[in-house]
Amino acid sequence: MSPISRGFVGRRQPVEASSRVPSGQYVTRDFPVLSAGPTPHTPLDEWSFTISGQVGEPASWTWEEFLALPSETPTVDIHCVTKWTKLDTTWKGVSVDTLLEAANTEAPYLTAWSDGGYTTNLALEDVTDGKAWVAYEFGGEPLDSEHGGPARLLVPRLYFWKSAKWVRGLTLTPDDEPGFWETYGYHNHGDPWLEQRYQGD
Amino acid sequence: MAGTALPRRLSWQLGRVVEVVDETPQTKSIVLDVPGWQGHRAGQHVDVRLTAEDGYQAERSYSISSAPEDPHVVLTVERLDDGEVSPYLTDVLMPGDELELRGPIGGYFVWEEPLGGPLLLIAGGSGVAPFRAILRHWSAAHSSAPTRLLYSSRSLADLIYRRELLDGVYHGVEVRIALTREWPDDWQGHRGRIGDELLQQVAWVPSEHPLVYICGPTGFVEAAAQSLVAEGHDPRRVRTERFGPTGT
Repeated sequence: MSPISRGFVGRRQPVEASSRVPSGQYVTRDFPVLSAGPTPHTPLDEWSFTISGQVGEPASWTWEEFLALPSETPTVDIHCVTKWTKLDTTWKGVSVDTLLEAANTEAPYLTAWSDGGYTTNLALEDVTDGKAWVAYEFGGEPLDSEHGGPARLLVPRLYFWKSAKWVRGLTLTPDDEPGFWETYGYHNHGDPWLEQRYQGD
Repeated sequence: MAGTALPRRLSWQLGRVVEVVDETPQTKSIVLDVPGWQGHRAGQHVDVRLTAEDGYQAERSYSISSAPEDPHVVLTVERLDDGEVSPYLTDVLMPGDELELRGPIGGYFVWEEPLGGPLLLIAGGSGVAPFRAILRHWSAAHSSAPTRLLYSSRSLADLIYRRELLDGVYHGVEVRIALTREWPDDWQGHRGRIGDELLQQVAWVPSEHPLVYICGPTGFVEAAAQSLVAEGHDPRRVRTERFGPTGT
């Protein structure tokens, strides 16, 4: 039981929003940036997206090929482990289902990897059946590099560090291999509705 | 990028406020006695949780500005005028109050003596907080790593840890301060924002492989990191921590 913070009133969410805001989060209108290193700037003509690892058929797309894939325009709420939640964000990108279609995989896990060396691990079931995208537009505009452009993973059901910025590929794996923040004490799964922020949560 | 696992569960703990130090008109350092504190590494942060009488809770993260060797856990908090938690911490909290926290959190934006140097710390505004932990650790551990702090602040009045930085408490650390909005007539430091030229002047050359930490508002961090990478520094040797809105 937490003690009362003497004199603390706080700012509650409006009722209509509160059911969409997980415990410990607050709603922001801004789009804060958190990255562990410098923002990479890979030229689009050197960019590709690759599905590899335990797959029947590795797949790779150039930027132009990627933009030609069937796209979707999800509107989703996103939750960062640093406590902010942003409601009704609008994106355009390719569903991970579409990307995995050709790969013919039964691997239960994957590692998303990015320019700059960032990685994050995900269970296949958290990114399939319409739950994840590789997004290249935000709010109707090309995705800014500081927000992960040209393309980032978008997995709104998990804390946003799982939505790897500057993503360049998915490697399917038989085992669950902790990624960057998962190795530094953050939770392996990261479900905001269970407040899985740090290891042991 | 191999890391160090933190296998234990981070439980909420109660700290007692020992002292609230006025750093600047907007910034205070909250000195806490945390019984059972498991220790931390310089650069890590904690989560703070406030609870209202009806049970409503708010959580935020704050950098630890004390060294692992220090007797107390210190959080340096900048008051955000439209903030929910920071005005409580800077305006309401007083010695004797309890504060709920858990940590330490984060294992990447951390410097420990064995990492060595040359060590370049670049701070914008209250982004200097984790660097105070690093500098105090550097001193306590008698590090021989050549170390420089480049710190950008609006004015002398906004300079956090002003006395200890200007009085040379961190003997051997080269401190360079840039004042961006106002400066005294006899100001010997840099006037204006940190640009490519000043960064090149202060940073070691890339061939010396400095370890660089940059902390501050997003735009500040983006610009400084970009400039160093363009100058030839290895992006893997540049660690960043960003805060604040982006304006988008």
